[in-house]
Amino acid sequence: MTKRVGMEVSVAIGEMVKMADVDVIAAYPITPQTHIVEHLAELVADGELDAEYIPVESEHSAMSACLGSSAAGARTFTATAGQGLELMHEVLYVASAMRFPIVMTVANRALSSPLSVWGDHSDAMAVRDTGWIQIFTENGQEVIDNVICAFRIAEDHNVLLPVMVHLDGFHLSHVIEPMLFPEEEQVKAFLPINDYPLPLNPAKPVAMGDFAPPVIYTEAKWAQEENLRKSKETILAVWDEFAKAFGRRYLPVESYRTEGAKTLLLTMGSFSETAMTVIDKLRDEGQKIGLIRLRLWRPFPFEELRQAVKGVETLIVLDRALSTGGPGGPVCSEIRSALYDMSFRPKIVSFVGGLGGRDITATGFETIIKRGMELARTGSDKEFQIFGVRE
Amino acid sequence: MPKSDNELTWKDLEIGCIVTTPGSAAAYRTGDWRSQKPEYDFSRCIKCGMCQLYCPEGCVKVNTQGYFEADLYHCKGCGICARECPVWVITMKEEA
Amino acid sequence: MHGRGGQGAVTSAELVAQAAIDEGKYAQAFPAFGPERRGAPVQSFIRISDKQIRIRAEVTEPDIVVVLDPGLLNIVKVTAGLKKNGLVVVNTKSLDNVPADIRANYRLAVIDANLVAKETLGAPIVNTTMLGALLKASGVVKLESMSEPLKKRFGKLAEKNLAAMKRAFDETQVKEMATNA
Repeated sequence: MTKRVGMEVSVAIGEMVKMADVDVIAAYPITPQTHIVEHLAELVADGELDAEYIPVESEHSAMSACLGSSAAGARTFTATAGQGLELMHEVLYVASAMRFPIVMTVANRALSSPLSVWGDHSDAMAVRDTGWIQIFTENGQEVIDNVICAFRIAEDHNVLLPVMVHLDGFHLSHVIEPMLFPEEEQVKAFLPINDYPLPLNPAKPVAMGDFAPPVIYTEAKWAQEENLRKSKETILAVWDEFAKAFGRRYLPVESYRTEGAKTLLLTMGSFSETAMTVIDKLRDEGQKIGLIRLRLWRPFPFEELRQAVKGVETLIVLDRALSTGGPGGPVCSEIRSALYDMSFRPKIVSFVGGLGGRDITATGFETIIKRGMELARTGSDKEFQIFGVRE
Repeated sequence: MPKSDNELTWKDLEIGCIVTTPGSAAAYRTGDWRSQKPEYDFSRCIKCGMCQLYCPEGCVKVNTQGYFEADLYHCKGCGICARECPVWVITMKEEA
Repeated sequence: MHGRGGQGAVTSAELVAQAAIDEGKYAQAFPAFGPERRGAPVQSFIRISDKQIRIRAEVTEPDIVVVLDPGLLNIVKVTAGLKKNGLVVVNTKSLDNVPADIRANYRLAVIDANLVAKETLGAPIVNTTMLGALLKASGVVKLESMSEPLKKRFGKLAEKNLAAMKRAFDETQVKEMATNA
């Protein structure tokens, strides 16, 4: 029986990891992910979760330890945020290229400097190229559901890639809200045991992490790229299985009231929910406007995105990160690139806002939409619009 | 006949480029570039095995008569065995 | 909810939210995000609704404001954004301690939570006591719904906290705007 539970989302993540019967957790605490790893440490210490908890000395070590445990075939979990994600940066590329099914929740946090513990997507945007499967979530339910799906996706023999589940730091990690918890048996039935095909094993020795001269590096990278792209099939299949088992369906691009919409707003993360209230208001006023959200960030959902913007005249993209000196909104730059070759594509307006934990209220979204529609008509000499800066 | 490096396609690669043949480094013919090689006077050999212990390549093996002899496929001719042998069995001679 | 770090403002928000969720409602509770230190003014936020709550931002236009520490009335604008006829629940010995402009413009609920807490709990930790005042004045959740969340959170200490809450519930004075002199 699913139970409706009121719990802090971070703690709920710990509970899901427990139900997934993880074998190894190697993690270093960093605001705002601390409650996730603290709760897991408690569960292990109290004997409620039979796992090895390795309290490492840095995030670089955390991911390195995860490589080792995953290589041995252990179901491995970790969590980090912001600077922590950056500290493990070089190891992230290794985890995906070496095909280890590590699951990591990232409580998205702004990057220093200035030092900010508050939420934005700059940490996630900095790891776009690391080869991990990346999923964004908007509320507590989506977080816990996708943590479960992440293990199944990662460990599938057709995938064997690490998975990041992104949740907004503080705005999701530190909020108590109602969630429907699955039964432990349901989770165990949904997750087969981790059966890594070539684990480290003295009885069947293998060599991992080798060296590739120019003659073979391209092939190695192409094999990885083909695999990441192909993993979308499995991701969709797992989400389908999840819908059948638990009743909630997830899609690479989620649409909200987009029927007949001429203008679309695109957001990622928990902002999307606030934006929905504005879409409702504007729809009630008769405006043909809708919202789309990217849930699957990597592999990038090209087909679903192009399908979602068919017939749309204006697309307003809200980024919660700033690519300084460049196109401004990282998500927007990828959207522009994805839509460039379409014979009919919407006018795209890029907004960057909500940096470093700044809220965007419903009124703020109304302003963004109104201004976005204006700029779509008049054009702008700027690459992107910064929202909410005091000048 | 296994494919050479520049014939391998991306589909030939194992996941994560894992190498599943243990000890595959032994296939490298490291004896190809030596400039001197060990020559043996086994009448002096006391079979102590010091040359085997010291060899950095690990290529000294026991031959059919029970004497310790470097395997020339791998031997790089560093001369450590000649230096360490307590009874001067080995002399290093220039490669032809 | 306005308090000082360490007074339990965040915990009380959690407890109310959990009680509302147990009642089948939707609720959201979170602190003003960021690092805090003991004694510094802190805020926590609660939203309760019969429908799914989708706003994810700080509460800037509250219906109700709870003030755990009367000293805050002079240093924090606790009524910022408070809706017309909004409710202010204050921990204070006397109505006279509440600034005149607050008395004149909003509904008030007053309880000497320090006294209740000291006598019932043995310590001036007022958060659970203030929940009693909040529930009496607003009825946002039923008093009975608080026992499970408190038991889960406080274990053996739940009983005393529940007693403090009940006493505050009984003793809180609620003043409507029209009768504020």
